[in-house]
Amino acid sequence: MNLHVSGDVGTRTTAIIGALKGLEGPLLPILHEIQAEFGYVPQESLPVIARELNLSRAEVHGVVTFYHDFRERPAGRHVLKLCRAEACQSMGADAIAERVKALLGIDFHQTTLDGAVTLEPVYCLGLCSCAPSAMLDGEVHGRLDAAAAAELVAEARR
Amino acid sequence: MTVKIYVPRDTAALALGANKVAAAIEKEAQARGLEVTIVRNGSHGMHWLEPLVEVVAGGERIAYGPVKASDVPSLFEAGFVTGGAHPLCHGPTKDIPFLKQQTRLTFARCGLTDPLSLDDYRALRGLAGLEKAVAMAPIDIVTEVTDSGLRGRGGAGFPTGIKWKTVLEAAGDRKYIVCNADEGDSGTFADRMIMEGDPFVLIEGMAIAGLATGATKGFIYTRSEYPHAIAIMSEAIEIARQVGVLGPSVLGSGRAFDMEVRVGAGAYVCGEETSLLNSLEGKRGVVRAKPPLPAHKGLFDCPTVINNVISLASVPVVLDQGAAFYRDFGMGRSRGTIPIQIAGNVKHGGLYETAFGLSLGEIVDQIAGGTASGRPVKAVQVGGPLGAYFPRALFDTPFDYEAFAAKDGLIGHAGIVVFDDTADMLHQARFAMEFCAIESCGKCTPCRIGSTRGVEVADKIARGIEPEKNRELLADLCNTMKFGSLCALGGFTPYPVMSAMTHFPEDFSPAPAVQAAE
Repeated sequence: MNLHVSGDVGTRTTAIIGALKGLEGPLLPILHEIQAEFGYVPQESLPVIARELNLSRAEVHGVVTFYHDFRERPAGRHVLKLCRAEACQSMGADAIAERVKALLGIDFHQTTLDGAVTLEPVYCLGLCSCAPSAMLDGEVHGRLDAAAAAELVAEARR
Repeated sequence: MTVKIYVPRDTAALALGANKVAAAIEKEAQARGLEVTIVRNGSHGMHWLEPLVEVVAGGERIAYGPVKASDVPSLFEAGFVTGGAHPLCHGPTKDIPFLKQQTRLTFARCGLTDPLSLDDYRALRGLAGLEKAVAMAPIDIVTEVTDSGLRGRGGAGFPTGIKWKTVLEAAGDRKYIVCNADEGDSGTFADRMIMEGDPFVLIEGMAIAGLATGATKGFIYTRSEYPHAIAIMSEAIEIARQVGVLGPSVLGSGRAFDMEVRVGAGAYVCGEETSLLNSLEGKRGVVRAKPPLPAHKGLFDCPTVINNVISLASVPVVLDQGAAFYRDFGMGRSRGTIPIQIAGNVKHGGLYETAFGLSLGEIVDQIAGGTASGRPVKAVQVGGPLGAYFPRALFDTPFDYEAFAAKDGLIGHAGIVVFDDTADMLHQARFAMEFCAIESCGKCTPCRIGSTRGVEVADKIARGIEPEKNRELLADLCNTMKFGSLCALGGFTPYPVMSAMTHFPEDFSPAPAVQAAE
């Protein structure tokens, strides 16, 4: 089958699938690895995955779009996730979220115009006893207050 | 002489700067020409004191916390390497009342050990349960677990032994043990703490489950939001494999069991067991109708035990100390201990393992010490985003599966989130519906559509539009969701909504117009 896949994405996708195909239920591990490789799940990867795993393209599309983690396009250089769940709410997370949005000039699920920061909500980082919490590029932060949140934003902007 | 210093590597400690503290201690010790060994342990669960640094002095572990990197020079100045006095010193860790009053069975080692040291694990009775299990017939292991009275700690409270018996008796060439570590409930972190603080106990519990049911493969399905737990758990599995705790012959028994960690992708509903199985198979995390039960047709249609982390991590102590030992703790039909996770607006947040039976009031007022803000407690949500909000009037409710059900609540995964009097319960009810709308898998209508309609109705009440009629409509909608949804997401979202409306009616009668203009 002649798939019109740009060489690079196709080759790298095929290599990832080759390494993980032997797992039981390999699709999620493959998608995580593709996102780690490209920063998002490129559309061009989908037909390759479908072919290699003997799935329909619709099935692969369905899985990719079901899960909040998988991105259709690259994120900003930094990803700031703010916890919006109840324990963090009880410690003023809503006000901190508003402050961060204002500082960045964006809403949740958006990226600053300079491409520096993507802001995302997260529903629980398991830091409910030291709320409010956030995650900046995989690093966790607890007991945030307005000043600490501003510091995080500044760090992400750098 | 080398001084041993413990600095936790638990995510809660890391989020509060533990790595910087460890680096500062190393640097300061070097500058002073002191020899120190820094052990990165799990957390004791006293999170308001994190990062909690401990120094071994006079044969005891002396606690200092919460330590900031900038406190380190003054700690050295005060002679903390020999247990010297300092404003951050709390004396011997084991004597801190929050810890001393607990009954730690499942979390016996958590905080004490280096989570990746198998020697530490063995030194504190680790693998004793598995060693016994290896010498037992599968049905005898199952009977031991059944007799212990252990019930599913994920929230449903189903007897663990009965689930295992069903899988043992099910015919199948291949069976699985699936550990539900998709701990998405706000207010809970017990699973994370075990995976980060004592991963071998989970491995041991799963291996025992494998021996008991004839399953040879295990999966731990956890969350992408838990990167440290994933890393520690994966490393622990590799260590266990190297020494033959896992592999083709578990502890030389000739019986095989191995496992791997799998990572979800940010879908809350995958904590529901059938949705989790679909996700493990690489499908959309959509809920399956039951029957068939996972015990009969679970992962890849094979007989599957699916248990929560805490259920599985409680099995080693049951095998080691016996069913009667475990069963002697607790009340009514809730036997053994429960790790209560105290979170939200509290003075003393953290993990408190104790026998079932404490009243909610004792937990909130005494153990948690009231609110962090110092304001009066307004409501306590027990059991995560699908749990009910309890007012002070219900604080005499004992922590027990049946007692909470009798008050239209649930203990769930035993997380409690405290709110002070600034909380707006209509806002919380709306959030419950909003969260359900965001996380619904979409398979059943009451959950998929009901949650969105719920948000709209809550907004109308907030704007003062026909409040009486809309409150009735919200109650009716909750009733439909409760009885018409396929799983607990749609089925239990009414708990926070209805409890908020029942116990805090004043928040559901906002003054019209003025509020709306805000």
